[in-house]
Amino acid sequence: MSSVVGEITPQPAATEIATGARGYWSTVARRLSRDPVSVICAVILAAILASAIFAPWLGLADPYQGSMIRRLRVVGTPHYPLGTDELGRDMLARLIYGGRLSLLTGILPVCLAFITGTSLGIVAGYAGGKINTAVMRTIDVFYAFPSVLLAIAISGALGAGIVNSIVSLTIVFIPQITRVAESVTIAVRNRDFIDAARASGAGPLTIMRVHVLGNVLGPIFVYATGLVSVSMILASGLSFLGLGTRPPEPEWGLMLNTLRTAIYANPVVAALPGAMIFAVSICFNLLSDGLRSAMNIRD
Amino acid sequence: MTGLVEVRNLIVRFSGERTVHAVNDVDLTLEQGEVLGLLGESGSGKSVTLRALMRLLPKKRAQISGSISIGGRDVLALDDDQLSAFRGQVVSMIFQEPGLALDPVYTIGDQIAETVMRHEGRSRSEAMARALDMLEVVRIPSAKRRLASYPHEMSGGMRQRAMIALALACRPKLLLADEPTTALDATVQIQILLLLRELQREFGMSIIFVTHDIGVATEICDRISVMYAGQIVETGACRDIVRTPAHPYPRGLLASTVRGARRDAPLGAIPGAPPSLDVAPVNCSFAPRCPNAEARCLAARPPAIEVAPGHLASCVLAQPASSEPLPG
Repeated sequence: MSSVVGEITPQPAATEIATGARGYWSTVARRLSRDPVSVICAVILAAILASAIFAPWLGLADPYQGSMIRRLRVVGTPHYPLGTDELGRDMLARLIYGGRLSLLTGILPVCLAFITGTSLGIVAGYAGGKINTAVMRTIDVFYAFPSVLLAIAISGALGAGIVNSIVSLTIVFIPQITRVAESVTIAVRNRDFIDAARASGAGPLTIMRVHVLGNVLGPIFVYATGLVSVSMILASGLSFLGLGTRPPEPEWGLMLNTLRTAIYANPVVAALPGAMIFAVSICFNLLSDGLRSAMNIRD
Repeated sequence: MTGLVEVRNLIVRFSGERTVHAVNDVDLTLEQGEVLGLLGESGSGKSVTLRALMRLLPKKRAQISGSISIGGRDVLALDDDQLSAFRGQVVSMIFQEPGLALDPVYTIGDQIAETVMRHEGRSRSEAMARALDMLEVVRIPSAKRRLASYPHEMSGGMRQRAMIALALACRPKLLLADEPTTALDATVQIQILLLLRELQREFGMSIIFVTHDIGVATEICDRISVMYAGQIVETGACRDIVRTPAHPYPRGLLASTVRGARRDAPLGAIPGAPPSLDVAPVNCSFAPRCPNAEARCLAARPPAIEVAPGHLASCVLAQPASSEPLPG
């Protein structure tokens, strides 16, 4: 708390104070940067994300170019630092290129579900009554299915493909985020400052957009960060079942599936895509934990 | 006579699992520039009356009848848009717990500016300048820096000042104060009261000040209305209520204050508890606790009797100003 209060800086004019003020999120970021676990996780994630984005410029081997002679080389083989897969393709290149699709299917559905679910949850929670019942009971229908089953069912119905698997994962996450958004909105709705906002003439839209959203965004954001790893694992699962990415596209879940046959021949290489999924998931989970405590500014 | 606030026969009922007759037949009149105190214990309907004036009560559960006119407008007839414009611009409100009534995720400056931008259509920089003005008006030290502070970074007294700045940002004609000093400690309490009094004179606005503390009420109010069981039992100038209370309830209240009481003598207390509000009152609600109750107190609701010019008491024993006082 004391860290937030101090720091007297000369401020030339009122308008500049407004724009130059250290906002809520920059305070959170500063607190987050003091947590070593969060920093390490953030660095790992940033490295994986950057390598995935800049993969074509990293001078890697062609991830699609296989060779029947050099199949299933072990980790540490010259020219193949992480070995080769069952078709003799460079594992390092495939893991880095695979990050592109895996991260996309991990993050994009959560972002889409975050936007939809938060809006639905806030409206349902703030409006209450019949609107709440209508939204929440519909959500409950989706909630009745285990998320893996739901993802498989929707993906299966829509057909295989990356876009369809992103759509199906978004549908899987919307109910979960809506439910969190609704419950935090209900907690915020009866707070005094909502009454105070009404007393100063704010209409329901302003209250939802400014006061409710500002106060519920934090907890929902933390929850959503935790969902990224779930999304990645589900997306990998869909690919594993042949409902997501198709060969020869590199994607961690799919790679895990195809390398499954080589588990006795070369277990280390076969486990590598799984290790990537694990690393990214655990980093996102730890980061969301760090974020949760960094957001409790009043502690 | 048409004052700034004219409330006639205000009745508020809450329906739900059980019906609560929270406010029963309240009349209020307030002139421009006047401070009216609503004095009463918890559950006497003072906050509900205040919220009814702004139509802040939950729409579905609260049934409001009677008439409320503020600044010549029929408050109960306003539609949602008119109500939004009315709240904050004509009437605004400050709350008991400023730490809860300010939004924790926005800076004080943002919150004030938001209201100004909404009501007056100002640009953000103009609104921020107004916010800075307001913080200076409520005498917040180093106002420029406080503009960028979050509510949790401020002390209770400072938060209440910020709340006042927010409420007065659009120069309302009427300020509703819902026990604004109850959550503060005594030294801060008096500062806030003095500030409110000063701002009231400076802006020429009216204040309805709800409190259960008779000392606080005498500090700031021109007139006091004492509420009991959702009714106003006595109304009059601050001095009249304190010196010559005509209704036994305010008399009992005054007898139970610590001030002036002898150290070893027990404090006077009103025996009994306030009545349940499940049914609308048909007789004097205070009769069961009243030391002077008579049979006619239970027969009908006592009318308001003018015991002195501008001093009304709803008690059968109150003597009209014109008539001769009874011997003894």
